[in-house]
Amino acid sequence: MTIVKHELKQSSVTFIIWTWILGLMLAICVLIYPEMKDQMSELSDSFSSMGSFSSAFGMDKLNFGTLTGYYVTECGNTLGLGGAFFAALCGIGILCKEEQNHTAEFLLSHPVTRVQIITEKLISIFIQISVLNLLVYAFSMISILAIGEDIAWTDFALLHLAFYLLQIEIAGICFGLSAFLRKGSLGIGLGIAAIMYFLNIIANITEDAEFLKFITPFGYAEGADIVNNGCLEWGKVVIGMVLCTAGIVAAYLGYTRKDLQ
Amino acid sequence: MDIITTHDLTKYYGKSLGITNMNLSVEKGEFFGFIGPNGAGKSTTIRTLLGFISPTSGSAEVFGKDIIKENKSILQDTGYLPSEAFFYNGMKVKDVIKFSANLRKMNCSKEADILCDRLQLDTSKRVNQLSFGNKKKLAIVCALQSNPSLLILDEPTGGLDPLMQHEFFNILRERNKKGTTILFSSHILSEVQNNCTRAAVIREGEIIACDNIEALSKSNAKKISITGNVDLSGLEGIKDLKVTGGSDVISESCSSAIPCTTTFLYNGDINLLLNRLSDGDITDLNISEPDLEEIFMHYYEKDGDI
Repeated sequence: MTIVKHELKQSSVTFIIWTWILGLMLAICVLIYPEMKDQMSELSDSFSSMGSFSSAFGMDKLNFGTLTGYYVTECGNTLGLGGAFFAALCGIGILCKEEQNHTAEFLLSHPVTRVQIITEKLISIFIQISVLNLLVYAFSMISILAIGEDIAWTDFALLHLAFYLLQIEIAGICFGLSAFLRKGSLGIGLGIAAIMYFLNIIANITEDAEFLKFITPFGYAEGADIVNNGCLEWGKVVIGMVLCTAGIVAAYLGYTRKDLQ
Repeated sequence: MDIITTHDLTKYYGKSLGITNMNLSVEKGEFFGFIGPNGAGKSTTIRTLLGFISPTSGSAEVFGKDIIKENKSILQDTGYLPSEAFFYNGMKVKDVIKFSANLRKMNCSKEADILCDRLQLDTSKRVNQLSFGNKKKLAIVCALQSNPSLLILDEPTGGLDPLMQHEFFNILRERNKKGTTILFSSHILSEVQNNCTRAAVIREGEIIACDNIEALSKSNAKKISITGNVDLSGLEGIKDLKVTGGSDVISESCSSAIPCTTTFLYNGDINLLLNRLSDGDITDLNISEPDLEEIFMHYYEKDGDI
């Protein structure tokens, strides 16, 4: 577990910054809710009747007058996009950074197999994403308890679970790409996360593009659907996890055969 | 017993050639030199042996173990010093040393302290504050702290000041006396001549000579230096003819008016040369063994031979 420890140390600053930013943003959203509540119930109708704009963010299916409706939309944009970026950054650089920073020779001149390197790096990503989500969940929960509002706790937990799975999926896909990249990884990682996000928006607006929801992980992390159905769409989740696994398998296949520069 | 053996080891980078049909054997306890100009394939060979890149064809064994299948077990007992050392930015020197030992699942703190002390390496600094030479020292500590039985050194002295080079070679010689096998890649011939017992010369991906250092430096050629006038025309086996005139001008012929010095490498019949010399008007004569440097200049040049 030497490499796991090393990776966690190396990325500790990034991890702390992202955890604080996401945690605080969610907490702030929740804490200003009591102020917004009255205005929200008035605005609720207009929010849900802005046509395509409303459907793009799933606002046509939600009631803004409740904390659940409010949280789902705010959370969807903050934790959804922010978490996806964090997961993409975690995954995309982890293997190719060794070559970019010329440290691959150092690492590989030690008695460690490439499989071991990939596995330990994968574990470190898993730990980071898991801990970040647990902390953010706690932040959010404490804030909700602090303002003394009631929220649909099952939906709240399901929403967070969906975002966690979304991040795991994106990290897995980016991890797979990382094994093949040599440079310019950061942009590709963020690009993937952003494209996934917009695919879902397109699917929300256009009925013809509904199928996109099966490709992007944002398809199963759609707050409005989770609240209305009371459960995750497991079919989409399974597709997502298959994509994630494919990324990880590709990383193993690619990295164990790669000639290092 | 052979520590390193390669069988027709070949590596192409796409279409461009790295090394071709390399057959090399390094015995236990040898201080083996690996000489060649930049880009000849020294690093490619080393990187293949260490498993950073996989061979296009051929095979190789280190400690009798296959370099691909048993890479991990080979590396457990091998220390590698890269020509240019890079470390994880932001890490402290002592943390890098500890990380390296942990990756080997060993506790080498005692040996690491001794090495840091001998090489005067400050372990409290961060690696991004280190100069090129100090990074090299850190790489040396990482490669040597576990007392591996094989050391693979790729142009190891670059960046080290002469005092440090001296200390570094002292350490290497001590290790070698204790039985450590050393593969020493370099393009600095004097380093190889002074330290190695045997050496291979590599050019354009091929080994063109492999022998004891004495045998490599000993060729039939003699280095001859004559002051005075002598007619050498038509004599076979003359190479690198240089004529220095009285005014230090180098020209191809010597005018009889000014006494001048003629130097060349000669591997023809020595009697024929002596006859010519006795006919000439000579004030000084010097016949010596050419040094390794002069011999290798020929290996280095394309199609050169001696």
